[in-house]
Amino acid sequence: MSEQKLHIIIDGTEIPAEAGKTILEAADTAGIYIPRLCYHPELIPGGHCRLCTVKANGKPINACTMTVTDGMVIENNSPEMRTQRRHILEMLFVEGNHFCPFCEASGSCELQALAYRHGMTAPLYPYFFPARQVDASHPEVFIDRNRCILCGRCVRASRDKDGKSVFGFVGRGIGTRIAVDSEAGLSGTRLDAADSAARLCPTGSIVIKRLAYRIPYGKRLFDLSPIGTDIEKKRKDDG
Amino acid sequence: MPADPLSIVREIVRRTGKDRSRLLDIAREVQSRVGWIPGEAVGAIAEALGIRPVQVRDAISFYSFLSLSPGGRSNLRLSTCVAGRMRGSKQVEEALAREAGTGFGSVSPDGALALGYTSCNGMCDQSPSALIDGNVLTNLAPGDAKGIIQGLRQKSTFTKTRVESNIRQGGPVIFAPLERGAAIRSALNRSPQDVIDEIARSRLRGRGGAGFPTGMKWDFCRKAPGDERYLICNCDEGEMGTFKDRVIITEVPDLLFEGMTISGYALGAKVGILYLRGEYQYLLQHLEEVLERRRRLGLLGMTVCGREDFAFDIRIQVGAGAYVCGEESALLESLEGKRGAPRDRPPYPVQRGYLNQPTVVNNVETLCCAARIVEKGAEWFSRMGTRDSTGTKVLSVSGDCERPGVYELEFGIVIDRLLELVGAKDVQAVQVGGPSGQCLAVKDLGKRICFEDASTGGAVMVFNASRDILSVVRDFTVFFVEDSCGWCAPCRVGTSLLLKKLDKVLSGLAVHQDLLDLESLGNTVKIMSRCGLGQTSANPILTSLKNFPRLYEERIRQGDFSPEIDLPRAIQPACELTGREPSGEERSE
Repeated sequence: MSEQKLHIIIDGTEIPAEAGKTILEAADTAGIYIPRLCYHPELIPGGHCRLCTVKANGKPINACTMTVTDGMVIENNSPEMRTQRRHILEMLFVEGNHFCPFCEASGSCELQALAYRHGMTAPLYPYFFPARQVDASHPEVFIDRNRCILCGRCVRASRDKDGKSVFGFVGRGIGTRIAVDSEAGLSGTRLDAADSAARLCPTGSIVIKRLAYRIPYGKRLFDLSPIGTDIEKKRKDDG
Repeated sequence: MPADPLSIVREIVRRTGKDRSRLLDIAREVQSRVGWIPGEAVGAIAEALGIRPVQVRDAISFYSFLSLSPGGRSNLRLSTCVAGRMRGSKQVEEALAREAGTGFGSVSPDGALALGYTSCNGMCDQSPSALIDGNVLTNLAPGDAKGIIQGLRQKSTFTKTRVESNIRQGGPVIFAPLERGAAIRSALNRSPQDVIDEIARSRLRGRGGAGFPTGMKWDFCRKAPGDERYLICNCDEGEMGTFKDRVIITEVPDLLFEGMTISGYALGAKVGILYLRGEYQYLLQHLEEVLERRRRLGLLGMTVCGREDFAFDIRIQVGAGAYVCGEESALLESLEGKRGAPRDRPPYPVQRGYLNQPTVVNNVETLCCAARIVEKGAEWFSRMGTRDSTGTKVLSVSGDCERPGVYELEFGIVIDRLLELVGAKDVQAVQVGGPSGQCLAVKDLGKRICFEDASTGGAVMVFNASRDILSVVRDFTVFFVEDSCGWCAPCRVGTSLLLKKLDKVLSGLAVHQDLLDLESLGNTVKIMSRCGLGQTSANPILTSLKNFPRLYEERIRQGDFSPEIDLPRAIQPACELTGREPSGEERSE
């Protein structure tokens, strides 16, 4: 069923889509941005963050796993979906300990960039202030769980791309954390700074040491243009 | 018998094989023999199964009954079920803690026992109830504490499980006499497709709560491309207030196995798996004996009923304490030896389920109905019930009523009439469908129990006028906080936020805006969560806000905004320590 051309309608705009593609992939190709956090094009989708939730024919579904069907009507950038996404972003901010002003990832952090894009100034929910572990034992990479949003990118990258399974989840519910494959911490694992798992973290939770300030604050990816504009630029170029 | 964890793991793996999908069995056995799962056992399991230790921890740490750190030599877990609360579990808890000389959540000074909690363990009609190392205690009273704790210290055998079935009213489908093998023989006289068509004609719908048409599910699975097909029976009823499957597998296990075998024939499956919730482990031996008898009678095995072309057998997988595993895709993950996190759909289990093969997951009661439909015919079945809900429903009733227990009734029964049957008086609210269902007020008691009106997987909990409904809502919300799997953000964080906000209301610190926020937050959890359980985890709050608005309004104060904390109370310790008086501003409100 390759190459079969379908059409879907996103927020009133009809776009072509290939059969077998997900809503998110079809939207990306057409230059329409659907917000996402746990999704990464190099990884199989995880379905953790739910930010890419859209309404497909009226029903909420995540765009990263749902495949397109011909004539599918999708609500993406509506006031309701934007509000719901902002709520999830606020939840992620209060669940962890995110202090943007002194975070190595500020300006290149996808969580921070999405919060700006959704007009979040401060979370309206009460903070959890959880006690979270920092592990700087590895010579080249550290993990600061205060900034972890449990998107599972590191888990999938290490398992599926690096073939090492250095990371895993541990616990359940609000107590879920990222664990590493050694009781001695990151230094006891087979993690290498060149691994996919070390560079796909969307926040400042897994950071490669000594590189963090090579690009100064103010000149980083999302300092220059809001998250999603790379995808939306395609549409403007085509149009 | 080997004593060190390493040789224990090796010995178990010799029996189970180096099969990832048996991880839960291996871990459960280590837990039961060592008392916990030490690091060297984790390493040995990982090595045997060809995975990394972090992946073993990933799975094990998900389940309540598996522990990666040492606990007491015995573990007592008191059920936090609301039905138990209503019958004095708090007093039992205090008595147990006093006798043990330790609080709940910790180990006694002599290391003999650990006291803890467990979510509803399906004994709501004979609560308060507790689990002790796989055994069940029911109808507990504070006076029992001394004997229990002494028994545990001396490792005596007082922990004899005594569980009542309490079938208050049987019906024609589930609790009717059964001629062993009759339904299977009737099925084998027809083609698999004819069996599926008969089930479809009966308009049987899934009894677990979602109500998906069973015939259609079987048909999808039979026709899906795949190398193998699997039939899974979901006996992981973890929804608070639900205990009907416990009674069914206790009283009529043959009917269930009959239904599983028929389904296996219809689907073209060789293997059926019964996923038994860890709380019901005490029934394992009984069920294994029934299976063994059926093998001897030729009703299971390589040639079922002598048919060379039909081989089918049933294996039992015991869970390890996780409500979310009742969600069918989470159950499949658990069966594959992973943490019980639901999957994204599509693909649906009928397309890619257990081990990526087409799989049907059906509730215990559904499979029992299927057996009876094949035996007595679709017309007989569909004459009962309502248009969209044919047949009978087994209800498990608990709470404020004279006759708690199990009732098999035709679909369509009016709730008022049900309340009469169970002897409920002075009713204030009825929780239909457990915490994920709806909290109904008196004005709604004319509703009927069926998929098209008041739908339930079986749970009906009754609350009389003396009960504080909002504290029940709180217990339900705590249940979802405890049992959220944590995979997706809206349910993982949202359930905890709902609890915080509800506590603000209960402590009298909320204003009207907080009620609006509560509703908005609940809607986010409902719309954005990944699985059916997450999507319904705000229901206790959302349905009580709708049906009991006054209970909330009575608790709020005037004003546009109020802080989360009570300032005078928050600074009191500091004032006492420093010996200063609160200033005027700090004293107000």
